[in-house]
Amino acid sequence: MTRLHNLDRRGFVKILLAFLGSIMGAVLGLPAIGYLLSPALKVQKSETWIPLGALNNFPIGTPVLFSFTRTRANGWEKTVNSYGVYVVRRNESEVHVYSNKCTHLSCRVSWTGEAYQCPCHDARFDLHGNVLQGPPPAPLSRFETKIENDTLMIYFAEG
Amino acid sequence: MGESVLGWLDERLGLRTIYRTVFDRKVPKVNWWYTLGSATLFLFFLQVVTGIFLTVYYVPSPDHAYASIQYITNEVAFGWLIRGIHHWGASLMVVFAFAHMLRTFFMAAHKFPREITWITGVFLLLATLGMGFSGYLLPWNQQAYWATTVGTEIAGTAPVVGDFIVRVLRGGPELSALTLARFFAAHIWFLPVVISLLIGVHLYLVIRIGISSVPEEEE
Repeated sequence: MTRLHNLDRRGFVKILLAFLGSIMGAVLGLPAIGYLLSPALKVQKSETWIPLGALNNFPIGTPVLFSFTRTRANGWEKTVNSYGVYVVRRNESEVHVYSNKCTHLSCRVSWTGEAYQCPCHDARFDLHGNVLQGPPPAPLSRFETKIENDTLMIYFAEG
Repeated sequence: MGESVLGWLDERLGLRTIYRTVFDRKVPKVNWWYTLGSATLFLFFLQVVTGIFLTVYYVPSPDHAYASIQYITNEVAFGWLIRGIHHWGASLMVVFAFAHMLRTFFMAAHKFPREITWITGVFLLLATLGMGFSGYLLPWNQQAYWATTVGTEIAGTAPVVGDFIVRVLRGGPELSALTLARFFAAHIWFLPVVISLLIGVHLYLVIRIGISSVPEEEE
């Protein structure tokens, strides 16, 4: 109690000011930190199952190119990226889906009738994506597939 | 330890003298109306801080201005708070600056020897209104667009030079990307610098001359 009695008007105002100031600083300061960090902490989920249409649309034995686009939002800006995959149906139920992105430097390969041909460094891949010639360090990447209600779907994890 | 550090700094920076001059100066017995100037100053600091934070995401281009503000309001954590404080603080600052001016006038505090304080205050109020006018366009929504169309149109009614003034304000005959860019520049650079300098003079004079007392009835 003696301490309180010793507190003069000026001291009281100082303590009150410091107290209110701290509250205001915290109310504005803490949200400000969240405000600055916000986009950095946002996780964009890009993994999803993409339907490629009815399985019966794809002929058995010949690779068919399927193209689609994915939209990415960064703040107020949207970027649309196009992707291509080769659907290779081996028989009635078994199907493989390969990315058309060359594993060397990401150029787009195209099926020539006997191999996937890369236009950049003359690489070639066989029907199942294995490297036949050229610099690629790995076979064409294969997507995980599933068939739901006769619809072929691939698991897409790339941004 | 703290005392000796403070003493060391004080010996070199003269901190105690600054503190005494600014905060421990003699003031007459006054009332709550005399806090309006400090309140305006506080709001100015609040506007500066929230304004700086808004520039982290705002883009002054017709393509992105509206979308970036929607992003601030709806997506960024506490963006609504920062924008809200800036939005309401702007109106409040105009109200407080105006009330401060009325108080000064009605208490005859603008007279000798405080004329220059008054004149800088007039320009501060005008610059504050300029901040409100330029900031209003930045969200680039219909309200902003047409308010600025009308606002600049008014300048066009001035005889002879009207059309020229409109062109200077808009950066051309009509509202465009140039208008948005120059309003943005005025809002975050030109006017804040002018206001800061004027506040410097204003406060220097307040401290140098001291504030006036409440006028007595027989005065």
